[in-house]
Amino acid sequence: MAFRLKLVPENTNIDFFRWARFTFGGSLAAVVAAILVTLVLGLNFGIDFKGGTTIRTDSSQPVDVGAYRDAVAPLNLGDVLISEVYDPTFGPDQHVAMLRIQAQEGDEAITPEIIGSIEAALKAVDPSITFPSVESVGPKVSGELIWTAVLSVLAGTLAIVVYIWLRFEWQFAVGAVVALIHDIALTIGIFSLFQLKFDLSIIAALLTILGYSINDTVVVFDRLRENLIKYKQTPLRDLCNLSVNETLSRTVMTSGTTLLALIALLIFGGDVIRGFVFAMTWGVIVGTYSSVYVAKNVVLLLGVKRDWSKQDDGPAGTQFATGK
Amino acid sequence: MLNIPLWKRIVIWGLCALGLLTALPNAFYTRAERHNDAVVAAERAGFETAEQATDRALWPSFVPSNLVNLGLDLRGGAHLLAEVQVADVYKARMDGLWPDMRRALADARGEIGGIRRAPSDPSELRIQIEKPEAMAKAVEIARGLSNPIVTLTGVGQNDLDVSAEGDTLIVTLSEAERQATDDRTLRQSLEIIRRRVDEVGTREPTIQRQGENRILIQVPGIGSATELKELIGTTAQLTFHPVIGRGTDGDAIAQPGTVIYPSVDDGDDGVFYTLDEVPVVTGEDLVDARPDFDQNGRPAVAFRFNTSGARKFGDYTGANVGQLFAIVLDEEVISAPRINQHIPGGSGIITGNFSVEASTNLAVLLRAGALPAKMTFLEERTIGPELGQDSIDAGRIAAVIGLVGVVFFMIASYGLFGVFASVALGLNIAMLFGILSTIGATLTLPGIAGIVLTVGMAVDANVLVFERIREEMKTAKGPARAIELGYEKAMSAIIDANITTFITALILFFLGSGPVKGFAVTLVVGLITSVFTAIWVTRLFVVTWFDRKRPKSITV
Repeated sequence: MAFRLKLVPENTNIDFFRWARFTFGGSLAAVVAAILVTLVLGLNFGIDFKGGTTIRTDSSQPVDVGAYRDAVAPLNLGDVLISEVYDPTFGPDQHVAMLRIQAQEGDEAITPEIIGSIEAALKAVDPSITFPSVESVGPKVSGELIWTAVLSVLAGTLAIVVYIWLRFEWQFAVGAVVALIHDIALTIGIFSLFQLKFDLSIIAALLTILGYSINDTVVVFDRLRENLIKYKQTPLRDLCNLSVNETLSRTVMTSGTTLLALIALLIFGGDVIRGFVFAMTWGVIVGTYSSVYVAKNVVLLLGVKRDWSKQDDGPAGTQFATGK
Repeated sequence: MLNIPLWKRIVIWGLCALGLLTALPNAFYTRAERHNDAVVAAERAGFETAEQATDRALWPSFVPSNLVNLGLDLRGGAHLLAEVQVADVYKARMDGLWPDMRRALADARGEIGGIRRAPSDPSELRIQIEKPEAMAKAVEIARGLSNPIVTLTGVGQNDLDVSAEGDTLIVTLSEAERQATDDRTLRQSLEIIRRRVDEVGTREPTIQRQGENRILIQVPGIGSATELKELIGTTAQLTFHPVIGRGTDGDAIAQPGTVIYPSVDDGDDGVFYTLDEVPVVTGEDLVDARPDFDQNGRPAVAFRFNTSGARKFGDYTGANVGQLFAIVLDEEVISAPRINQHIPGGSGIITGNFSVEASTNLAVLLRAGALPAKMTFLEERTIGPELGQDSIDAGRIAAVIGLVGVVFFMIASYGLFGVFASVALGLNIAMLFGILSTIGATLTLPGIAGIVLTVGMAVDANVLVFERIREEMKTAKGPARAIELGYEKAMSAIIDANITTFITALILFFLGSGPVKGFAVTLVVGLITSVFTAIWVTRLFVVTWFDRKRPKSITV
């Protein structure tokens, strides 16, 4: 027998419901907490959603945020946020900062004159400074972008639910949607908690998380569907456990390889897409968790109609039905 | 199930080979790019320079040379989203209608009395008439000036809506005509922007209409959005007007039929010209414009009119020798020279306060034609080329590390089967690049992330199958049967799992914009290639190996 790396022992028989009070309950609490955090702290919207201008500076001199601020202050641009950016991929004398300027009254995109004056002011502080990127979004477009983003996440969730409903049963669709809400809420929550920049690329990451998480969930559901046919008498709870155990090594393997690629990207991918990759990495972790600990719990709560030969004489989930 | 027919094997190997071949140019990006550029340049010019010939020789022409386009965030360049102020055109239409309307109503002076244009919203024409009781007649005359609209949907409709309010006749464009006008304005703007950008000669600009009244412009390689805005944001409406007066009061109220424009000429600071509102000739009559110098060596723009423009220009200059004549660009007087003699040839030069750069720019703008309406910019982004290169390098490192890690994991976990899956993963990435190049997709930074994600997820289908084979082995049905069942039973999970991801990727594609769309494209293509390699290529490896060795038992 050749050596095989086993991330998960061959025949697992873990009772995934044993700590349901903590796992499922904890998930529910985390979702509620994430929603509360988002409501209280709000999101640190990027210019895609809020309008305004970002300027990225790159210089061989160390960044002096105070000097930058003093240089820009006389221009009366309102709220200007200046932050230094650190990244392991930068060269030894590469110093990067981001300036964020609020949307200007009465203008859609920022005017070339304003950009020119900012660049000139910064050049006076640090002659070696360059401006690798300047982005400006007007309030009109940013309003529409928010709407499109919300719409795309809703449409994505809805399309998945409909598909699962068609392929499985409605209980599975509800389980899937609860798992998806769990993943999205926790991802948005962590962005709010740490006030990470939330822009269009994060929406793309959210949709990818939707796809990834449902992928995991579907694999478990597929096995559950198969086992439901195979073992007609076994209680649903045991079947759920069996299905998760049977697919566990696959779940861990796939999450492992995906996380491996994502973590490589997170470390070496540069700061421009770090937020995007972080959202995805976090989403893969919570997505894997939710397909093991959330989706099937919902299915168990709702019950599944097992015996199609009998008349439908009660609510679904006959093993829980008390009878008339 | 274990017998794959020969034709299927050929198709699978053929698709893999095709994938490798079409992906090949991307491995030699600069060489293939120089080859492509040389071919395009030679085709455009109609001949080939020695330099182009060497560039062309860098890449054999019998091998595909399509490359994955690099998005703005990777190549650097400028992105603008412009909104065309379509309502500008309504005003121009109303102003153009007024002289005809005045003439038509004046012919019926006996019945309706004197008329006067009343101040109004720019999108309508309000005319006060002396005898309100004859309003019906006035409305009838005004209606006589409207034309039926010739569009597919606007059958039976006229271009003007005429109504009356007390002693005022109100003329506006009808709803159908407005829509038709808006559409025309957008098309014209698109065409003119395209001409202006093409004149500068950059690589693969994207100029697209978005929605009702927006235009998306992406130009790779241009230094900044500001530069691009100067090029396309200028209306470049050139007109030649008779000068009525000259003053220094910009706030003076213009008499009806005249306009007051500021001068931007050298040594003419603070001067305002009163001009006849109706131009003698406009830029529409220009056939050519190029940068030039005047007799004092100052930068200027030389121009030539078409026949009708030349006649109008000649007639006017002949009749008004000694008078001032204003050259107006976008409501500013560039210069107001004195007409020294009759200018019959229809050509001349515009002098003014120009730098060489400005005169070159103006010539480009005049040649491409004026924009029908002003534009406001809703969104603009500039990305420097260094930043893009950094991103490409970072993405490449991440992809390689991810790939090595995944291959290590797969081989450690599944042995020989892991090797099969890893080779299939390599083919998968090649095919992904091959398809992206062939369909001319654009690779963006999130797109690179999509590829890295594909690397991680691509093995998922293989893992599902291998795990299933392991399980089937436990029930000891023999290796052949286990492999067969493994593929068969894993299929529904593979299909369901990938279709759901596919759905979200499609939504991203249709609702996303720019970089996000690029991500969606790589995700969709990555899904297709990874399902293909997992259920066909890996299986072909496994089956071929199994046929050769006929092992009594297998270890997955």
